[in-house]
Amino acid sequence: MLDLLNGFVVELRNAGLPVSLTENLDAMEAVQHIPIEDREAFKYALGATLIKNHAHWRSFETVFEVYFSLRGPEYKLVQDGDDDTDIDELWRELQEQQQQEGQGGAGGLDNLTPEEIAQMLMSALMNGDQGVMRAMAKQSVQRFAGMEPGRPVGGTYYLYRTLRNLDLDGMLEKMMEQAREESDGLTPLEERLEKEEFEDRIEKFKGEIESEIRRRLVADRGAEAMAKTLRKPLPEDVEFMHASRDEMQALKKSLYPLTRKLAARLARKRRHGRKGPLDFRNTVRHSLSYGGVPAEPKFKYPRPAKPELIVVADISGSVAAFARFTLMLVYAIQNQFSKVRSFVFIDGIDEVTDYFKATEDITEAIHRVNTEADVVWVDGHSDYGHAFEVFWERYGKDIGPKSTVLLLGDARNNYHASQAWVVKEIAQKARHVYWLNPEPRSYWNTGDSIVGEYGTHTDGVYECRNLRQLEAFVEKLA
Amino acid sequence: MTTTDAGAPGSTTNRFESVQSVRDALRDVNYLADEGIAGVAYLADRLAKPILVEGPAGTGKTQLAKSVAEITDARLIRLQCYEGLDESKALYEWNYKKQLLRIQTERGEQGEDWTEIKDDIFSDEFLLTRPLLEAITATDPVVLLIDEVDRVEVETEALLLEILSDYQVSIPELGTITATQIPLVFLTSNNTRELSEALKRRCLYLHVDYPELDREKQIVLAKVPDVTEHLADQVARIVRSIRQLDLKKAPSVSETLDWARTLVLLNIDNIDEQIAKDTLNVLLKYQTDIAKAAKELSVDD
Repeated sequence: MLDLLNGFVVELRNAGLPVSLTENLDAMEAVQHIPIEDREAFKYALGATLIKNHAHWRSFETVFEVYFSLRGPEYKLVQDGDDDTDIDELWRELQEQQQQEGQGGAGGLDNLTPEEIAQMLMSALMNGDQGVMRAMAKQSVQRFAGMEPGRPVGGTYYLYRTLRNLDLDGMLEKMMEQAREESDGLTPLEERLEKEEFEDRIEKFKGEIESEIRRRLVADRGAEAMAKTLRKPLPEDVEFMHASRDEMQALKKSLYPLTRKLAARLARKRRHGRKGPLDFRNTVRHSLSYGGVPAEPKFKYPRPAKPELIVVADISGSVAAFARFTLMLVYAIQNQFSKVRSFVFIDGIDEVTDYFKATEDITEAIHRVNTEADVVWVDGHSDYGHAFEVFWERYGKDIGPKSTVLLLGDARNNYHASQAWVVKEIAQKARHVYWLNPEPRSYWNTGDSIVGEYGTHTDGVYECRNLRQLEAFVEKLA
Repeated sequence: MTTTDAGAPGSTTNRFESVQSVRDALRDVNYLADEGIAGVAYLADRLAKPILVEGPAGTGKTQLAKSVAEITDARLIRLQCYEGLDESKALYEWNYKKQLLRIQTERGEQGEDWTEIKDDIFSDEFLLTRPLLEAITATDPVVLLIDEVDRVEVETEALLLEILSDYQVSIPELGTITATQIPLVFLTSNNTRELSEALKRRCLYLHVDYPELDREKQIVLAKVPDVTEHLADQVARIVRSIRQLDLKKAPSVSETLDWARTLVLLNIDNIDEQIAKDTLNVLLKYQTDIAKAAKELSVDD
């Protein structure tokens, strides 16, 4: 037990979760009060003592699954000929049901045809029966995944194979049809709710399949090896340029609480600045309570002017995600700036400030930026030089000593003319110019990247590969 | 001050039998806990550790503390945190007016030694206890609730550390006051800022999220009188559907309950689109959110 827990903690640390020694000790003590057989309670006991940030919970769950999935009687693997009572009972019930319906499939779960499996799965999903769903997940993995011991394939491959055979999307359609028949005629609202319920169940079922595959892989390869392959970066460490769709979702979710935190922190910073010169009026007023003796000197607090922000972002394919996140972040905390203007470009440039003004909904504004902004000039490949030139011509006069200019992009210019003089001119007029580059530092100035050429004229070029770096930069900015 | 070894885990009175008993007891006072909540509450009792409860607004974090106080028959002591909270508001304060009076009355009489007066004015009599000190000096069972701890500054958090890890308060003039019994401590946070590592390390962490469909339905059934099963089910489903939208502020459990109450008052037992749209303002508090939800609920794919 001790060894297991230790391995578990080491793996958590490997996955990037901060676990301190005291927390480890707490966990050891906690598990003495909770029986390991009660798996859910056990998981929460470990979670409460080891994980102190909700964003880390997913990573924790994955590692937990790997380490403790083979423990507890009801989580045993189903092998051929295994007399698992639960499943057997369920099977018998189902068989009776089917015999009543006159189908009479005989000879255990293994002899079912794929159609029968689909039939059973559908009825399980319709009724939302957890037990049957779990049994079905095990069965489908055993049957469809075609797992071979020792074969070095990731879990996603098996997952794909299993799901392809089950055709869950088609099943959703069928379930909806049946629901419609049963209650003869659903209102659109009811239909929507019904559909969501089914989708939710199917999601759960997919989860069951995933964890079943994981269990089998763990049994095959051992916990350490599995944990290593399943290790995923925390949301704040995911790179913008290589994020998968799921990771994008997670990023979006963690962006909102982050902006709230950032706004609170910046407001506080502004308020609790250092003391300024003596506030004479205020001191005299307060001296009255001490009989005219100025016992308590009062000071003026400097109120630093809020910067005016101009964001110029490359939204061509490779860096679009990064630009999107930066715009979202900037607009979410826009009351920390006196004014925010934003421009987007690929090889042409367009102002998009109005999109954000028109609606309170940032996501919608971003969507409009992506679809409506006029950013293509010739061929839709990044041309920083031309975009900057046009920017300078049209909007250069708006840059003043209060403006801070943010240039976003990887500076991959497709070997066009750089027109770096624009950046130099901007830097002379504006208070600050910063360049944010979503590429790893080691890629800068390789190939057609000319970030160095622009960078020399700016106040700094920052690597912004993930949310953590972006957050740190924005805090410095405001 | 006497030092008891109350800090040792063995000497705590075990308030709960098992995780299940916590859950049952909470259900009796109409708080429907899930596995995680009950498990952490049970552990907090066994390990004698505070619980840090985090989660979106309106998911019953404060209510949890209140309910636990109710089931353990304890007095709830609440410290509401705010920016600028300091130790004179949270821990203790010397009643200096009383001290002044004391010194002035002594002045007339001769022969009183300075040290005597000094010892005298720094004694229990002149101490004003604030919530934290009150909680650990109490002789009756108490539950201490430190509400919205994320509102205080990082520096002020340090005030809490001693009481959270050792259940004691050090007063320079008096010495260390150790708890006679270990209270259950709940800290709640809306997560507007990252709490310090030191604080987190001393606590068990519990994240309370919006409840699952089933639990939400049960909560509606338990909390709203005269609600039918059918209505509760519909309410829970629609709320879940709305929470999936990308909103500024997703409806909280308390707002769900308000909505259910509204519907009961209006004598509605089946929600259709029109009713849902008309009463959305109970559930959502931003105009853009309301517009978005109304659009989503009517235009179906």
